[in-house]
Amino acid sequence: MRSLKKPSVIPGFGLSLGFAAFYASLIVFIPLAALFAKAFTLTWSQFWDTVLHPQALASYRLSLGAAFIGACINLVFGFIVAWVLVRYHFFGKKIVDALVDLPFALPTAVAGIALTTLYAPQGWIGQWLTPFDIRVAYTPLGVIVALTFIGLPFVVRTVQPVLEELEKEIEEAAASLGASRWHTFRRILLPALLPALLTGFALSFARAVGEYGSVVFISGNMPFKTEITPLLIVTKLEQYNYAGAAALAVVLLVFSFVLLLLINMLQHWNSKRAGG
Amino acid sequence: MAGAVSTLGRRQTRINQAVSEPFWVQLALISVALIFLALFLVVPLIAVFKEAFSKGLEVYLASLTEPDAWHAIKLTLLAAGISVPLNVIFGVSAAWAITKFRFRGKQALITLIDLPFAVSPVVAGLIYVLLFGAQGWLGPWLAEHDLKIIFAVPGIVLATVFVTFPFVARELIPLMEEQGTSYEEASLTLGATGWQTFWRVTVPSIKWGLLYGIILCNARAMGEFGAVSVVSGHIRGQTNTLPLHIEILYNEYQFAASFAAASILAGLALVTLVVKSLLEWQHTRDREKAKRAAAQET
Repeated sequence: MRSLKKPSVIPGFGLSLGFAAFYASLIVFIPLAALFAKAFTLTWSQFWDTVLHPQALASYRLSLGAAFIGACINLVFGFIVAWVLVRYHFFGKKIVDALVDLPFALPTAVAGIALTTLYAPQGWIGQWLTPFDIRVAYTPLGVIVALTFIGLPFVVRTVQPVLEELEKEIEEAAASLGASRWHTFRRILLPALLPALLTGFALSFARAVGEYGSVVFISGNMPFKTEITPLLIVTKLEQYNYAGAAALAVVLLVFSFVLLLLINMLQHWNSKRAGG
Repeated sequence: MAGAVSTLGRRQTRINQAVSEPFWVQLALISVALIFLALFLVVPLIAVFKEAFSKGLEVYLASLTEPDAWHAIKLTLLAAGISVPLNVIFGVSAAWAITKFRFRGKQALITLIDLPFAVSPVVAGLIYVLLFGAQGWLGPWLAEHDLKIIFAVPGIVLATVFVTFPFVARELIPLMEEQGTSYEEASLTLGATGWQTFWRVTVPSIKWGLLYGIILCNARAMGEFGAVSVVSGHIRGQTNTLPLHIEILYNEYQFAASFAAASILAGLALVTLVVKSLLEWQHTRDREKAKRAAAQET
């Protein structure tokens, strides 16, 4: 212990770290290690056949593509929402601010059935789209809607605090030097907010890639068309193909880890910007 | 004098105009934001309650009091009742170790805490099936001793613990980092024991943050679908939590009953949001008070 930690008068190091490390290993580390172990009971060729199977490839395309589009929608509208909440005054602002976190609090299954009912051809929103021959429920469009919903708070909640901390003086200086409002926005505000915007985008994207509950109801779950990767894992599991499910899970996990790394780098950049 | 004041006032408005947007731009942006939020948040929320009561109050109450629904509610409460306290104990001890000491491997522990956020719920369920399922690593041993984890209540609790694992720790670490160690050190040098210091000094100063973490942890624990669905086996009246009960009813086209169950969880989400906002306002007030007190002292 002595070589592990710097000296301190505060007690409880052994107990708190010991328990935390034990619990984290038991709940997170060992089960995840077991997943990798299971995936590699397959031979290399079996592994690649599973993860590069056309059905799997179609599912990655849908999962990543829909998550990307959803994150883009959230980037634009989340920015507008954050801007409006920080800069303007309007009636009911506090309620709107609280409501933004609804996708964090609302169980995904509830969101899933609610969105499906709304966007079904006879639904409140679906009936207005049917005349234009736009079908949302049971198509990839429905997957995008569900993933937009669950990723909605991220951009707002990462941009909002940065926007609040921005000093008004910089904008005043820009204005007094003759910059137009649009010019100030593009040259001063946007660069300052860029790290936060990208972090929010990446968080929203990462959350959407693994999402299951809200998508299974609205997507229709047709192989090659509206089957997301997490659903394909469940299908493999139901066929008792444990190694196959594990192999796909490893692909999904590796992808999430890369994203997590990217997000950490972005946040580091963000705090460096804010500090300097 | 009066002239000077009025020029100053005019100049102020001109500056405000220069660093703000024209009225019509503000109006347009507010409208876009509100329409977007209404479409994606408010309308689905209204739809849940409207569908729940679409066949009247009687059907609504009947679908919540039938035995399967009642069992699902109890199981959901049980899973949250076990996993939230476990993650609170973990969160507090992890935050204590991470913020009060400097040691090697700290970054690794922080990464490990964040990990469940990056894992798809389906994968979270799968890892326990691979460990404890009939064909899992420990499956044969469990079968020999007549223990059942997967397709049983312990599996549901485990999956819930996994997905709610980071919430409390994530709230406490930045908060306790900010507070530093000086109060604890003062208490210890004055002769208090370690536990006394923890209960009388640390806990009171983190109570709002702790409550905030518990609220979020609880909302996720009661609403988790993907991870629990993989380990539960969907046995009616035995391993169905409320979100799984919603799914079964929905797939059986019992929409009113399904949305009735969903309305409970939607209500829970709304309560969570209200409590969360109250805690945030409390936090801002405390901060401003502390800032004012500090300003007065100097």
